[in-house]
Amino acid sequence: MTVTAVITGVGPIAPGGIGATEFWQATSAGRNLLAPITRFDPEGTPVTVAGEVGFDADELIERHYVVQADRATQFGLAAADLAMADALFSPPALNPFAAGVITSSCVGGAESGQRGLGRLWRDGPHHLSPYQSIAPLHAATTGQVSVRDTMKGPCGVIVTDEAGGIDALAHARRALRRGARIMIAGAAEAPLCPYALAPQYFARMLTESADPDAAYLPFSHGACGYAPAEGAAMFVVESAADAAERGSRPRAVIAGHGATFSAVAAFDPSGEGLEMACRKALTAARCQPEDIDVVFADATAIPTADRAEATVIKSLFGTKVPVTAPKAGFGRAYASASALDVAAAVLSLDHGIIPPIPALAEPIDDLDFVVGAPRRAELRTALVLARGYGGMNSALVLHRPDH
Amino acid sequence: MTRRVVITGMGVTAPGGVGIPAFWELLTSGRPMTRPITLFDATGFRSRIAAECDLHQAAHGMNTGWLDRYLQFAATATTEALHGSGLNVVEEDEWRVGVVMGTALGSAALLEQNYVVMSDGGSKWELDHQYGSPHLRLAWTPSMLGAEIARLCGARGPVHTVSSGCTAGIDAIGYAAQLILDGDADVVVTGGAEAPISPATVGRFDAIGVTSSRNDDPEHSCRPFDRERDGFVLGEGAAVLVLEELRHAIRRGATVLCEVAGYATLSSAHHMTGLTTDGRVLAVAITQVLNQARLGPTEIDYISANGTGTRQNDRHETNAVKLALGQWAYSAPMSSIKSMVGHALGASGAIELVAAALAVDRGVVPPTANLTVADPECDLDYVPDIAREHRVGVALSLASGFGGFQSVMALRRPDSGRGETSRP
Repeated sequence: MTVTAVITGVGPIAPGGIGATEFWQATSAGRNLLAPITRFDPEGTPVTVAGEVGFDADELIERHYVVQADRATQFGLAAADLAMADALFSPPALNPFAAGVITSSCVGGAESGQRGLGRLWRDGPHHLSPYQSIAPLHAATTGQVSVRDTMKGPCGVIVTDEAGGIDALAHARRALRRGARIMIAGAAEAPLCPYALAPQYFARMLTESADPDAAYLPFSHGACGYAPAEGAAMFVVESAADAAERGSRPRAVIAGHGATFSAVAAFDPSGEGLEMACRKALTAARCQPEDIDVVFADATAIPTADRAEATVIKSLFGTKVPVTAPKAGFGRAYASASALDVAAAVLSLDHGIIPPIPALAEPIDDLDFVVGAPRRAELRTALVLARGYGGMNSALVLHRPDH
Repeated sequence: MTRRVVITGMGVTAPGGVGIPAFWELLTSGRPMTRPITLFDATGFRSRIAAECDLHQAAHGMNTGWLDRYLQFAATATTEALHGSGLNVVEEDEWRVGVVMGTALGSAALLEQNYVVMSDGGSKWELDHQYGSPHLRLAWTPSMLGAEIARLCGARGPVHTVSSGCTAGIDAIGYAAQLILDGDADVVVTGGAEAPISPATVGRFDAIGVTSSRNDDPEHSCRPFDRERDGFVLGEGAAVLVLEELRHAIRRGATVLCEVAGYATLSSAHHMTGLTTDGRVLAVAITQVLNQARLGPTEIDYISANGTGTRQNDRHETNAVKLALGQWAYSAPMSSIKSMVGHALGASGAIELVAAALAVDRGVVPPTANLTVADPECDLDYVPDIAREHRVGVALSLASGFGGFQSVMALRRPDSGRGETSRP
């Protein structure tokens, strides 16, 4: 069955912004929101700069989740609320079996997990709280949202490293094709704790710069890796027909998705898999490369990966298409990175404004990077790119609804 | 044209059963593999029982010794499944071959071991990463499971990992089937893998009291549907299946083992770890699958139960099957192989689906071990203790778990006369 899947609600939680309005203000202004890590003491670790969310759990979510849910799940619950409010949808759905939840994360409830491990190994097995059987799991966010909002429909948990935010949306569309009427989909991630970051240090992909202004400079000579971040973005996804019936304004059409695997290295220097993901997404969206009005790049700031991505963009679209990476201003929030990119792209289509990369130092390529200041443009179609460590590539084509 | 999804290869690594022949031998003999935990010193824990795999046997002849335990299980099962299917990815369009794998915990046990060292026995919040393994980035997220299996089989299409807790295995296979039905791939290597037997996992289940503490009698500790049951027993392992679009399988002359006739996953939206006794949401999922497969209740010949051996699961599941199948619930044999191989969390759905496919293929249903006197609330035909010859045209596999997720898949014998001939 052909269903036109539209995004009717956007719920971002990012460094610098809770909710679509704040997020868009910070992102479109190109502010750099990276700062020294305060969530733990990074003394003695190589990574000291990150994107942290100013999150008042007591204000944004129900009291008991503050105790029993991990910070990532708290983000997810709050982001789902924001997205549903944006879509003028208050749960429960008329038919709870037609409402479902799909989320993604890389580390699940890592911070809660670390707390539990500490109790167990320091104090012994009898000191684990019952919430320890729930909070650390990757499935917790989907579960908690479905329980809180009585969503009994198709539920899922997808882990594809940084590509997860995009893949969750694609999976939500699959559920709509199979009869679901409204889906909450996105990603939630809270990796700024020692247990989640320590495994990353050896891979040497994170920035070790202590200067927030120089820490994360994708597509620049002198790029030295990315700054990690936390955050979430959840979306309400439904059919265009249902959105019209509910009187909810479609913000973007999910037009095409492509996912491939690069079997070599962490981020394949050839870019072959990323290029194929783009081609698949364009074909699925029945788009030509010249239809793409803006590219939201994956932008790892790992030199070989940046070069591969720049080469793919150039070979498919030439040098005329504007390329941006707002995440350079607030960090790479793993699975939420691609979800926040989708949020930025949806808002970008909505406003006719491309949010910039806050700063570039000597670009590695002559692509049309949008740098420093927002750019007004006639935007009908956006392409969002994401790559996961280990080889996952995903591409998502979004249309402006009137297109 | 309607696409259809079939199974053309299977592999399994389970406690007491590495490889399909040994696994089937174990299941049909009804022998429980639950024993005292040997993977770590479980002194001081409430539940000290598990069904463990023989890693040396599982990894025999494989160059996978450097991989994390659950990845080795998965690699072994993948190799067997690919071999059985006769699929050679080099001869395929690699961009049309995908991988979807399920796991609840991923590398949690390895991360825990490293945590203990980096935190100086749990005493420090800030970790000294210098004491961690340089390969930890590979353990960091469960998506490495999908990536490792894709690397092993040469897939370059969609490569995804599903981490929906205890239903992850069946959900991965359902997702894989959807990728084929939607035209995103022609072949998907799919299944689940888990190696959860570690202090943290055992301790976390202790904390909610869901595991068996029959430590003095481990072989009889997992007793689904039995009056004397006292919880589930952890297991570990992996199962991998090769799913293919039917015409693709026919074109290359592959043997079709089973058709995936339907799949649904729903959430009971009730409680993160608790179930309602009525089983209504699981019943809705079963009915959705029957509708997809255009089957009536009386066409169900066998049900592979979630059958964990907790009171709440066994009653929930029994009532769900009654709600969905009506009187026929009493006529369809339903058994739980967890009684023998334990609960391998995100791998269980895949291991049990392989068992269901074997039941379809061989016309024998595996038993529920340790079922001596049934719980009076559980009054269906659970095939106690002894395997039974029984023609299975259609099997259902049920999974239910953390988050309230309820997943169901239907498998159909390929000789039902429909779709066996190649269409233009």
